[in-house]
Amino acid sequence: MKSLRSLSKIGVSGRGLVVTLPYLWLLLFFVVPFVIVLKISFSDIDLAIPPYKPLIEWIGKNSLAIKVNLNNYAFLFTDPLYLHALLNSIKVAFISTLLCLVIGYPIAYGIARSASTTRNVLLLLVVLPFWTSLLLRVYAWIGLLKANGVINNVLIWLGIIHEPLTMLYTPFAMYIGIVYSYLPFLILPLYANLEKMDWQLLEAAEDLGCRPWQAFYKITLPLSRNGILAGSMLVFIPAVGEFVIPALLGGPNALMIGRVLWDEFFSNRAWPVASAVAILLLVLLVPFMMWYQSVQARETAGAR
Amino acid sequence: MANSSGAAKAAPWQDPSARPYVEIERVTKTFGDFKAVDDVSLKIYKGEIFCLLGASGCGKTTLLRMLGGFETPTSGRIVIDGEDMTGVPPYERPVNMMFQSYALFPHMNVEQNVAFGLKQDRVPRSEIVERVATMLELVKMGSFAKRKPHQLSGGQRQRVALARSLVKRPKVLLLDEPLGALDKKLREHTQFELIGLQDKLGVTFLVVTHDQEEAMTLASRIGVMDHGEIVQAGTPPEIYEFPSSKFVADFVGSVNMFEGKLVEDEPEYVRIGSAELGATIYVSHGISAAPEATVWAAIRPEKIFMSTAPPASTGPGSDNIVRGAVQDIAYLGDLSIYLVKLATGKVVRVTQPNTSRHAEAITWDQQVYLSWDTSSPVVVTR
Repeated sequence: MKSLRSLSKIGVSGRGLVVTLPYLWLLLFFVVPFVIVLKISFSDIDLAIPPYKPLIEWIGKNSLAIKVNLNNYAFLFTDPLYLHALLNSIKVAFISTLLCLVIGYPIAYGIARSASTTRNVLLLLVVLPFWTSLLLRVYAWIGLLKANGVINNVLIWLGIIHEPLTMLYTPFAMYIGIVYSYLPFLILPLYANLEKMDWQLLEAAEDLGCRPWQAFYKITLPLSRNGILAGSMLVFIPAVGEFVIPALLGGPNALMIGRVLWDEFFSNRAWPVASAVAILLLVLLVPFMMWYQSVQARETAGAR
Repeated sequence: MANSSGAAKAAPWQDPSARPYVEIERVTKTFGDFKAVDDVSLKIYKGEIFCLLGASGCGKTTLLRMLGGFETPTSGRIVIDGEDMTGVPPYERPVNMMFQSYALFPHMNVEQNVAFGLKQDRVPRSEIVERVATMLELVKMGSFAKRKPHQLSGGQRQRVALARSLVKRPKVLLLDEPLGALDKKLREHTQFELIGLQDKLGVTFLVVTHDQEEAMTLASRIGVMDHGEIVQAGTPPEIYEFPSSKFVADFVGSVNMFEGKLVEDEPEYVRIGSAELGATIYVSHGISAAPEATVWAAIRPEKIFMSTAPPASTGPGSDNIVRGAVQDIAYLGDLSIYLVKLATGKVVRVTQPNTSRHAEAITWDQQVYLSWDTSSPVVVTR
C-alpha cells in the first residue's frame, strides 16, 4: 500500500500500469524487432557477422554518417522473381481462404445449430488437431499423398486407378495442407458469430414466403457477414506468408514469398534483401489487418 | 368489449349453416412421450378474434405453430378456407405469424422488413411501395420507415412486426403473445388498437396468450387450454359467468370455490350443503349431476355482498348467508379486496367497488355478513 501511494505521488496509478503493460509488450516484441528489421533492410550486404554493414558510422572525428541504401527495395522490383512470388502467395492465400470458407461454413453452421450438449464435443474436435505439432500434421499428409502412400494404395486396391497419382509436391498437395491447417481459424470465429443468431428469424422469413435456401441467402448469410470476414482474414493473413506447408508439400515449384524470404536469409545470407522482403510483406498485409480490426470492432459493438 | 363493433358482428358459431374458416380436426401433437396437444378440434369463423388462453406449457403455442406450418400434427388435420394444410410448408400457407420476440430482421430497416414478404411474392415494385407505406401509416410508424429495429422501442417494434405480418393480407393472422413484451399501460392501449385494426382489415386473428385480461379484451371467443386440451370454448362472458369446470372458473378471474353435496335436487332449484362454508347454498336453477355427488359452487368475489347488519336472505331460511371476520384488506383505488375468514376457517375473497369517497370503512377484524344472489353461484361437477 505504501509503495503504491508513493507511486501515485509521482503520477503513476494502478490503472495506468494496467494500460501500459500491453503497450510495453508491443514495444518490446513488435516495435523494436520491426525497427531492427527495417534498419537491416536499408543497409549494405557484407561478408561479416552479422552479414550487413552498419547504417550509422563514425567517419573521422566529429562526423556521423548515415547511409540509407534503397537498392534492396529497388532490387525487389527489378528482379521479377519477387513480384511473381508475392502475387503467387496472394493467389494461393486467396484460393485457400475460399476453399476454407466453402468447407468451413457448413461445419460452423452445423455446430451452431446442433444441440448444446453435442456442441461442446464438436468444438473440441475442431480444436483437437492443435494438440499435435503443425509440423507432424503436415508430415502425416506426406504419408497420405506420396506415390506409394495410403490414398494411392487404397485407390489401386479398389481398382479405380492402375498407376499411382502424382499428388505430393504439387499445388494440389499444398492447398490440402493449407486448407487443412487453417480451417479451424475460420470455423471458430464464424461459429461464434452464428451461435448468436436468432433462429426464429428464419421461421419469420419462411412465414413471409421464403424457401429454406432463400431464408439462408437473405437472412443467415448477411447476418454472418462479420464472422465470414473475421474468419477469412485469420486464414488469409498468415497464409500469404506461409512457409512450412509449401516447402514440405508444394515441391520446388511452389514459389511463395515466405519461401523466397527463407532462401534469401539462410541460403544466400542476404539479410538486407530478406529484410526488405519482410517489410514489403508487412506493408502489404497491414491494410488487411486494419480491416480485420474494424470488422472485429463492429462485431463486438453490434453484438445485440 | 371485443364485440363493440355491434350487432353487425353476429355469432357465426351459433349458426349451424355457417362455414368455418379454420377447421382444426382432432389434432394431436406428441414430442416423444409428451402430448403437447391432445385431440383438439376447433372451428374458427371468418373475422373472428379467437384467443387460445392457457398457462405456459399448455400446448397453445404448439397449436399455433401447427397452424403456421412450423410443426406437423402427429395426427388430425387443419383446414384453412376449405384447403387442407397437411404437408403445406410455411412459405406456401395463406397465414402469417407475428412472433412473440417479433423476429424483426436486424439488418433491414423498418420499410425493408415490412416489404420483405411482398418482395418474396414478386409483387410489382410500385405496389410494394404503396402497400408498405399504407401499412406503416396504419400502425403509425410512417415516420420511422428508415430506422433499424435496434433503434426502436418495444412498442414500436411490436407495430412493425404487426405491419410486416399484415401487409401480405393473410387469411389468418397468428399472434403469439402479441403484447407480452409491453408494459401494462401500453398493453391496454395497444389491445384496443389491435381490435380497431382487425375490424378495419377484416383479417381473422388467432391469438395465443397467458393473460386472461388480454384474452377477455381482445377475443370474440376464447378457448381455454389445459394439458394440451381445449377445456372450454366460448365468448368472454360465457367463459367468465358460466365456466364448465373448476379449472376454468379458477383460471379466468378469481373465484371462491366451495365443495359440497347436493341436499335437494329439483328441476328448478338445488341446495348444496357445504361443510367448508358452514351453510347451505341455494341455487335458483337446476343442474345435471348424480345425486349425492360432490359438487363445487363457484362464486365470483364481486358477486358477494358484505354488510355489517344481517342482510335479507335470498334463499329459504338462512341459505346464502354466512358470518366471518375481516382478515385482510387490499385497497386498489377503484375497488377493495377483502379477505373474510369464516368460522370454519375458510377464507372468502370479496371485492367491493369504492363508489363513495367517504364510505364508512369496514376495518380489520370486524364481524361481517356475506350474502349473494341465488343466481350467482355456478355449480360445477369437475
